Amino acid sequence: MSPLSLLARLGRLALGALAAVGRVALFAISTFTHMLRPPYYPREFALSLLQIGWLSLPVVGLTAVFTGGALALQIYAGGARFNAEAVVPQIVAIGMVRELGPVLVGLMIAARVTSSIAAEIATMKVTEQIDALVTLSTNPMQYLVAPRVLAALITVPLLVGIGDIIGIAGGYAVAVHNLDFNAAAYLKNTVDFLEPLDVISSLVKGAFFGVIAATMGCYYGMQSGRGAQGVGSATKSSVEAAAVLILAANFILTGVFFSL
Amino acid sequence: MTQDQSPPPMIKMDGVYKAFGSNRVLRGMNLSIPRGSSMVIIGGSGTGKSVALKSVLGLIKPDAGEIYVDGKPAGSGDRDAFLARFGMLFQGGALFDSLPVWQNVAFRLQRGSLKRPADEARAIAIEKLRRVGLKPDVADRLPAELSGGMQKRVGLARAIAADPEIIFFDEPTTGLDPIMSGVINDLIREIVVEMGATAMTITHDMSSVRAIADNVAMLHDGVIQWAGPVADLDQSGDPYLDQFIHGRAEGPIEAVR
Repeated sequence: MSPLSLLARLGRLALGALAAVGRVALFAISTFTHMLRPPYYPREFALSLLQIGWLSLPVVGLTAVFTGGALALQIYAGGARFNAEAVVPQIVAIGMVRELGPVLVGLMIAARVTSSIAAEIATMKVTEQIDALVTLSTNPMQYLVAPRVLAALITVPLLVGIGDIIGIAGGYAVAVHNLDFNAAAYLKNTVDFLEPLDVISSLVKGAFFGVIAATMGCYYGMQSGRGAQGVGSATKSSVEAAAVLILAANFILTGVFFSL
Repeated sequence: MTQDQSPPPMIKMDGVYKAFGSNRVLRGMNLSIPRGSSMVIIGGSGTGKSVALKSVLGLIKPDAGEIYVDGKPAGSGDRDAFLARFGMLFQGGALFDSLPVWQNVAFRLQRGSLKRPADEARAIAIEKLRRVGLKPDVADRLPAELSGGMQKRVGLARAIAADPEIIFFDEPTTGLDPIMSGVINDLIREIVVEMGATAMTITHDMSSVRAIADNVAMLHDGVIQWAGPVADLDQSGDPYLDQFIHGRAEGPIEAVR
């Protein structure tokens, strides 16, 4: 392959990637404008709150409790190398609230919610239900997309907050029952060490991750190709994109909150 | 000099072009459907019948050409008001999985400009279900619990729920057994006549054509190859139409083997 054709291929790839970013950005803008203007669909919104928020609680709780417990064990084992076992409550708290809570909840939401939204909307597209909505004077952006993204914007920060608490509780349970920490001292250290900014950053990350997860599910669902393969491809791409964007957004938000 | 006082056709497609990449589907399609008549468009798979139908509704934007509905350019004016004039039966039914049957039928009556109280919408849905031969106990079932024929009937009930002026039928008998196809064909004919609606149907099924159509148009190579009254179908002298309606492998239309 000549250098020129390699350059041309790279250029095409770069242009393709930029065009994809542009399409997603336009879709996100369109979603927010549809969120703000009537008609509103309270039933769809309520169902989305249930699906994205309430029904995600078990997986979020389990993920958080095991992560918090494992974190306590790791910090204790690592800290023991230089007589710093006592920092377990502080590191579990800061680790869960600043990073692991939002990121793990975000990734679990990407796995559970993004895939489900993408598969549902893609199936609706393939079976002409989206076209049917249009012929019934119903805008799919308003009926399908806006309620889901709004529900994710509201519920994922709550899930992150709950995940943070359950994760800390997991660390507490392991520290108190297995590592002989004093229960009251553990809780006092946790509360004393956490700052409001830690909690705020956690919840703000949750809001961003929720929007990313729901928007990617809706976008890839609406862009789905034909047939079962189209639905499968849309679902896979939506989860990949959501996971990568959540990790990238986490890096940027961490920088914004704690490094600038 | 006398002026033409006849009303404009309900649907008029004038030199409509549509391509998907290098695939030129419609290549200057012209079609006129008089008010209150039933037009059936026939043609092989992939000839653009669905594209033509979706272009009228604005689900697909033509590359060139004009489409008029009741004398006005399609898509001009209020989009909701425009779409409220239409009902459509989709090929696979396109029923909303998550909603019970009555809410599917009454979908348009529960939101937007045609919104009614829930009780009234449900009563209308049950009446429309009865009109297509379904009992009221179907109303609370989910679409997935129904047979293919029942789903088509529910789709038909949804298409007529808001008493539209124009009804589109996309392959109404696909996937149904011959007896159920006959039932659906008869229902479509009865309903279109009863409502005085303008109908546009696309199908491969010649029994549907003969049962539903006042006029027939054959789409081939992106243009209307032949159009005329259904009574002239067998004496058209058009070799393309003859090959299609008799299902012959030999003829001017090349079959992909």
